[in-house]
Amino acid sequence: MPDYSLSYFYVFVFFGTGAVFVAALLTASGLVQPKKKTAEKLRTYESGEEPVGGAWGRFPIHFYIFALLFVVFDVEVIFLFPWAVLFRSFGWYGLVEMGVFIFILVAGLFYAWRKGALKWY
Amino acid sequence: MPVGPFGLDPLLWAIVRLLIAVVLVVALILNSSLLLIYLERKIQAVMQDRIGPYHTGPFGLLQTFADALKLIAKEDVRAGHTDVAFFIAAPALVFTPMLASYVVLPFAPPLVGADLNIGLLYLATLGSMGVLGIVIAGWASNNKYALVGGLRSAGQLISYEVPGILSLVTAVLVVGSLSMVKITETQTGPLVNLFVLPLAFATYLVSSLAETNRTPFDLPEAESELVAGYLTEYSGMRWGTMLALTEYGNVVVVCSIMTTLWLGGWNGPGVAALPILGVVWFTLKVYALILVFMWVRATLPRLRIDQLMSFCWKILIPTTLLNLAVTAVLLIAFPSTLVPVAIANWILLVAFIVLLPVVQQRRLRQLRKTLRARTAAAGVAS
Repeated sequence: MPDYSLSYFYVFVFFGTGAVFVAALLTASGLVQPKKKTAEKLRTYESGEEPVGGAWGRFPIHFYIFALLFVVFDVEVIFLFPWAVLFRSFGWYGLVEMGVFIFILVAGLFYAWRKGALKWY
Repeated sequence: MPVGPFGLDPLLWAIVRLLIAVVLVVALILNSSLLLIYLERKIQAVMQDRIGPYHTGPFGLLQTFADALKLIAKEDVRAGHTDVAFFIAAPALVFTPMLASYVVLPFAPPLVGADLNIGLLYLATLGSMGVLGIVIAGWASNNKYALVGGLRSAGQLISYEVPGILSLVTAVLVVGSLSMVKITETQTGPLVNLFVLPLAFATYLVSSLAETNRTPFDLPEAESELVAGYLTEYSGMRWGTMLALTEYGNVVVVCSIMTTLWLGGWNGPGVAALPILGVVWFTLKVYALILVFMWVRATLPRLRIDQLMSFCWKILIPTTLLNLAVTAVLLIAFPSTLVPVAIANWILLVAFIVLLPVVQQRRLRQLRKTLRARTAAAGVAS
């Protein structure tokens, strides 16, 4: 098995491969495809109607609230990963510490729930 | 001077090995998406009492190959009002994290790209990076369907990320490592993690269906209301890269994670004697799970966006947190045996399956009551 830094080198090469592969595929496709642009074809699709205004406007606030909740929980689960690997050696002490941490977050989730942040309609 | 395999210099061998890995993974993604699209269409057809593709090649086997050739030779239109740079970058932004996930997947003892000691965390991180490309695609299209599809997709993917990762953490508590190879090596016997943690498996299965945008969670691409969601303005091979390659590539990735964590990965009869045989077992297990995905797609209708979000935040996240807490307490209380954990998990799974319809019925009754009260109030006001 390759050593530590070599395995991360593999990861970077795979990231590069992804970008290069997509670029190569789309370039190859661009060489063989027809290019006949008409005004009708270049118009934004809106079920065959004339487009009304652009799409870069306001959108429902729900998405923003869920994104905020997600940030809280995603940071939590990142803290959970190292704890999960080592929790046998921490024993009851680590369990109680993590229990307090999760309890605060769950209390936050229930607060948001009672406040109606999880309502969609 | 140390000498690597085949009498090569170790550095040279590492580079050769890397090239082999890259070629194998790209070939695997291309072939598996060709094969999976064919399987998907054929299995859907069988389940719906149709024949499915059968004109092109024997049993229609060449159908997806013909479709791929058609896509490559097709004009990819970029509408006039799009944001050029992001519109072009979006296919690469969804494809690259998916391809990079393959580097840690343990196919067989000699077939692992790189055994990162944070393998599972790495996979979870890449799983959420795909969202970025989808949101960018939806926004850059400057199309209302695409914007709504992209935002819904973001809301769905980030919400279902949380129960998914919590289920993974529950499994990590039992196996005690994040390296995909070490996780596989802890499950050499027939008693794989599926028997110890069935509830974590069920919750991860549900959230992985949502993560890969598959029915019943395919709201971002809900064709009956949003045309094609964030893919509306995409055509030709840009569409092919984003949908065909990435969606099926991601299905293979989540099924491989489930195989490694819960089904024992490459372990199976004969692997100890002949390690390369592991790839056969791994592939069989992954394809069994993919068949479950296709079966679900043929069976269940699509959810509504409010049902989808409330199911995740009000049912799935509390369930996974409870499961995590119970598993952690039992593992500390009984450090030498997994039997109490398994018993608790099976009880929780049964309770989850039994209580879920009851809770949903109750919620539905409450919702009807509020809606009826609202209509009555509106009637009085008018």
